[in-house]
Amino acid sequence: MSLLISVNNLTRRYGDFCAVNNISFELAAGDILGFLGPNGAGKSSTMQMLSGNLAPTLGEISINGVDLLENPKAAKASLGYLPENPPLYKEMTVTEYLQFCGRLHQLEKSALDSACDSAIDRCGLSDVRNRLIRNLSKGYQQRVGIAQAILHSPPVIILDEPTVGLDPIQILEIRDLIKTLGKTHGIILCTHILPEVQAVCTRVQIINQGEIVYSADMDDMLSKQSSKFEITLMENVSVEKLANHHVFKSIEMIDDFSFTAESDLTADKLSEYIVQQQWGLTRFAPYQTSLEQVFIDLTTGDKETLEDNAA
Amino acid sequence: MILTIARREFRSMFLSPLAWVILAVVQVILAWTFFSSVDVFFTIQADLTMIKNAPGVTDLIASPLFEVSSIVLLMITPLLTMRLISEEKRNKTMSLLLSAPVSITEIVLGKYLGLLFFIIALLFMITLMPLSLAMGTELDFIKIFSGVLGLFLVLSAFGAAGLYMSSLTDNPMIAAISTFGLLLLLWMVNVNTAAMNDDTSVLAYLSIQAHFTALLRGILNTRDIAYFLLFIFGFIVLAIRQLETQRLQS
Repeated sequence: MSLLISVNNLTRRYGDFCAVNNISFELAAGDILGFLGPNGAGKSSTMQMLSGNLAPTLGEISINGVDLLENPKAAKASLGYLPENPPLYKEMTVTEYLQFCGRLHQLEKSALDSACDSAIDRCGLSDVRNRLIRNLSKGYQQRVGIAQAILHSPPVIILDEPTVGLDPIQILEIRDLIKTLGKTHGIILCTHILPEVQAVCTRVQIINQGEIVYSADMDDMLSKQSSKFEITLMENVSVEKLANHHVFKSIEMIDDFSFTAESDLTADKLSEYIVQQQWGLTRFAPYQTSLEQVFIDLTTGDKETLEDNAA
Repeated sequence: MILTIARREFRSMFLSPLAWVILAVVQVILAWTFFSSVDVFFTIQADLTMIKNAPGVTDLIASPLFEVSSIVLLMITPLLTMRLISEEKRNKTMSLLLSAPVSITEIVLGKYLGLLFFIIALLFMITLMPLSLAMGTELDFIKIFSGVLGLFLVLSAFGAAGLYMSSLTDNPMIAAISTFGLLLLLWMVNVNTAAMNDDTSVLAYLSIQAHFTALLRGILNTRDIAYFLLFIFGFIVLAIRQLETQRLQS
């Protein structure tokens, strides 16, 4: 598939402070890239640079094959951006505002109305389309922000924390919308909410202190989990004892009775094997390397565990 | 693209009470001035007939009205320009414009053009007053035209300076006060040289008022018009550069 975004050695410094340090990544059509990181990791700076709000200190950005720095107008035409704070003119009505956004993106008059209608429809704004944005609740304002980003159906959509302030049902609706959009567009989703990334993204990237410390396909990450198990037995176990059984690899003791181990066997075969050994199996569960675990390891752990996980 | 931004700017001015209040206040004050000078004209009309080459209605009513207008609007324009860019920054709506396929030059020009629409509306309301005299007397239309042109250039210059000041801060109040300070300073920068009657000094050239007075007298001089165009151009370029710099630094 064609590359929608390619970022090369992007760096941004604020004086001596380096907010984004030499990062590179790519986004293809059909990808939903989850961009994660703790506060101050450089997420928003990266998004601002991608959207042309901030000039990078060094590096290249190309959007849909067009260099953002050399030809900003053409590059920005293929971009829809929802910043952290939705950029709303609160004295306008929803329809007026969206029409203005459409004109900014040079939509023709005929295309403008249908684009507005479909964005209003997709974001569930039909009931409030003639109300002033000022008078809408935070959730609706957020949805107007999303509508603005998808209005001109750009190939690349960048959403910075799109579900902030929405109620649980709206969150599900927006996630569905993002998934649907993800089939035809390339989406970058910036968020703190880890389950959201797990629910919608096809790829995940974690940025910490300005550097990308983790990057993986969601499927890879999930399949990696399934070969690791958490096992609790009735009798005392030790690494030496378990090491004699070649079904276990990379054994880690949790306490005297529990350990985690990887295995080439599938879950049913492995459990059968343990039962045959008559160790008194009391608990057998696939080990959850949830995204949360990865995230915490990567952003709080020291460099060593960092590299282990990245490997 | 410039027009899209200008249109939104113009409309949003009228969506807040500010524009209406400004139009109303300016109109009331100037109508009072206009009425007073008409009244004065009637009392001295008889004496004027005795004088050779006496000043006409245009000189005694229209020109003073334009002069008062320029001073009233010196105080009012900062209120119009203060929110042009600073409010976009404060409400974080700037990122909508910056991430759209629009250049910073287009954003600044669009905003300035929106402001000019408003200035034209304001000017139209003011010009109606002296024009209404045409029903009862003969007017020197050339002189009125020159006065209106002068007032338009003065207001455009005020607007350009205000636009630049607004790009410097994200607080509209600070933008208003500094615009007012700058305009007042430029208005009366020639106070001491004027006393010396030295037309060639730099300070005399810098003063907005000196150039406006010539136009009010009906003297269309390229020197004055060039002054205003340079003034406007200069501040618009400064505003564009300011926003470019902020994108690099912020």
